[in-house]
Amino acid sequence: MINPRTQELKNSRAESWEPKIAAFLCNWCSYAGADLAGTSRREYPPNIRIIRLPCSGRVNPLFVLKCLMDGADGVLIAGCHTGDCHYSEGNYYARRRFAILKKLFEFLGIDPRRFQMAWVSASEGDKWVKVVKELVEEIKKAGPILAKS
Amino acid sequence: MKIGVFICHCGTNISATVDVEKVAQVTSKLAKVHFSTTYLYMCSNPGQELIKKAIKEKGLDRIVVCSCSPSLHEKTFRKCAEEAGINPYLVEIANIREHCSWVHRDKKEATLKAIDIVRLAVAKVSRDKPLVKTYVPIEKRVLIIGGGISGIQSAIDIAFAKYPVTIVERESSIGGRMARFDKTFPTLDCAACILTPKMVTVSQSQYVTIYTCSEIEEVSGHVGDFKVKIRKRARSVDINKCTGCGACYAKCPVKVSAKFDMNLGLRKAIYVPFPQAVPNVPVIDRQNCLWFSAKNASGGTKKACGLCKKICNFGAIDYDMQDEIIEEKFGAIIVATGFTQFDHSVYGEYGYGKYKDVVTGLHFERMASSSGPTGGKIIRPSDGKEARDVVFIQCVGSRDEQKGVPYCSRICCMYTAKHALLLKEHNKDAQAYVFYIDIRAAGKNYEEFVKKVQDEYGAIYLRGRVSRIFEKGGKIIVRGADTLSGAQIEIKADLVVLATGLIARPETVKLAQMLHIPYDQNRLFTEAHPKLAPVETVTSGIFLTGACQSPKDIPDSVATASAASVKALGLLLQDKLEKEPLIAKVDRNLCSGCRACVVACPFNAIDMKEIEDRALKCKRDVAEVVEGVCTGCGNCTVVCRMSAIDIEGFSNRQIMEEIEAL
Repeated sequence: MINPRTQELKNSRAESWEPKIAAFLCNWCSYAGADLAGTSRREYPPNIRIIRLPCSGRVNPLFVLKCLMDGADGVLIAGCHTGDCHYSEGNYYARRRFAILKKLFEFLGIDPRRFQMAWVSASEGDKWVKVVKELVEEIKKAGPILAKS
Repeated sequence: MKIGVFICHCGTNISATVDVEKVAQVTSKLAKVHFSTTYLYMCSNPGQELIKKAIKEKGLDRIVVCSCSPSLHEKTFRKCAEEAGINPYLVEIANIREHCSWVHRDKKEATLKAIDIVRLAVAKVSRDKPLVKTYVPIEKRVLIIGGGISGIQSAIDIAFAKYPVTIVERESSIGGRMARFDKTFPTLDCAACILTPKMVTVSQSQYVTIYTCSEIEEVSGHVGDFKVKIRKRARSVDINKCTGCGACYAKCPVKVSAKFDMNLGLRKAIYVPFPQAVPNVPVIDRQNCLWFSAKNASGGTKKACGLCKKICNFGAIDYDMQDEIIEEKFGAIIVATGFTQFDHSVYGEYGYGKYKDVVTGLHFERMASSSGPTGGKIIRPSDGKEARDVVFIQCVGSRDEQKGVPYCSRICCMYTAKHALLLKEHNKDAQAYVFYIDIRAAGKNYEEFVKKVQDEYGAIYLRGRVSRIFEKGGKIIVRGADTLSGAQIEIKADLVVLATGLIARPETVKLAQMLHIPYDQNRLFTEAHPKLAPVETVTSGIFLTGACQSPKDIPDSVATASAASVKALGLLLQDKLEKEPLIAKVDRNLCSGCRACVVACPFNAIDMKEIEDRALKCKRDVAEVVEGVCTGCGNCTVVCRMSAIDIEGFSNRQIMEEIEAL
């Protein structure tokens, strides 16, 4: 079965293309920060699809690869600020994994703009909006992922 | 598999920007979705009944509720599903309000996004597994961090219910900020008269343990079973032997300025901070004590003092006392660490804090106190003369995004009005001038109080900011603008009192990290929900009270203290604690026993266990999760080479399924 996303992309391509971005958010800080952006009615582009996880340390590099393989144009990992992790040190693990994975992506020729990480706390609704806006801009510049492969 | 999708209008909160009917129509065609419907308020009783009815009539075996954030109603809908006879963990929430309808304007775009969000949730729910809640025992004791009015009130409430409670206080006496106040607004009760009975109540309760000169060193564990290390600093006086007779500090030859009195007065090197201190046991300030400075001096040639030890009839003075680490277990923790004052020395216009006669509200409070350093006289700290013309400046540090904090400190308008009144009461000839931006007197009898101060006590209120303060001819010249009359104003004042704002204590970040509770950009602790859970934190079992959460006056601090203690008691009253089963689980067949997860676990929640492998006909080690300790962070899942360890409720298959649905 052809992935509906791939189909969609084939149909649309270039002119009406809008990036689709997968975002892994930790439950305690970033997901709550995104909630706060909602309760404060801060508008941001609709390109992001949020997957809630307990901790940024739960993000398996395989998830990121799978997102890009399945047609997401970009992937974001967002977690608590360093030192503020609900589970003490999950975000430190996430940060190290991110650094290595980013290197791997560079080696593989994947545009590094496609994979980003951000620290968004539960009280940073505004920061979440800023992160999403900037990310969408960057990914727009990077273009559709399948079009290049 | 029959999945039901329930889409909430949330009044118009969702339906105004998301075409909910279209979402229902599109999602009903998704694979495995058997039924899809919308309703005005899904969380309401009729809404929940609708879900239950659909589960029964359509034979649904798992559901997706498309509504607000799971932090609000995930529990509601899990319970609802349970009541309808399906496992509560076969429920997923699609957050189409906070993450969709509230952040987008374009209806078409928002609807498409909502459909995507629901598709992800449907994908996830299709891989959900029925889970069973686990139970853990509860340590039936409460820890209160901070012994101010909030902490004291919480302790009284918990002790009243006959549960043991421990107060950890940094200073040598409980009482906190309120012990330093003279009177309280708007009733002008004497602060000491209403606080000290409470201090005595807690100290005499058999259920209350008070650790003074103590700080939290380390916190581990979780709700029901917090393991806390408390550092009890060496007091150098044995609390059990001391009778509080006061002979030692009468005899002590060293005088240093008293922090409790805002350095307006003097105290001894062995001292009790204020006469009503609880416990009424002195503490030796080792920095200034002659015995310790002689001991620390090279060679020990200086003659040590030791007078307090000689005079004490009870042998309570112990120079060799060491810091002590106490380890205790608690079921719940109440954080009542309070606030600190904004440091006004960043303001050049107020003299960078270099003029002695420019003081803060807390200085004024100590001067007004009849047991304070000036015996209740409002004086000029520079020459000790009684102050006649006093200028009060409000919003120092508060409501200033550039140099201070953006928020309003809530209590300064009221305490300034109180000071203006007290000034007149202490000195009939005195005149108060108050520079304000807005007067915020929202509270019972607050507005009336401010009015009284203006009308009956003749305080002159000037709307405007002060541009400069400088010294001239022994007076403090205050130059400012009265924006109501448009006039430039210059006042020759004897004393200037700054209403400095309330800010978080510098060590809150460290404490927040120890307790794993969030704090905001102003370093104030963040409540679980600003309206519906104002004393809870997102970490279960940890509650907030008082000004550590946001600036509060005494009534609000007391109210939140009682609220927090009810929440803590609610926990202790359980026989055992329900624990979410969303934790790690090991597939023994896959586990190779490499121990990577054991190393990665931040909570030491994974042990190795030897099992008999029948297929291989040998014994081998596999990982085993300690259920009571695992918090379900999922760090172990990433390091597992065999994918043998997984998190229930956030399993690899569930997340992969979601990604495929992107």
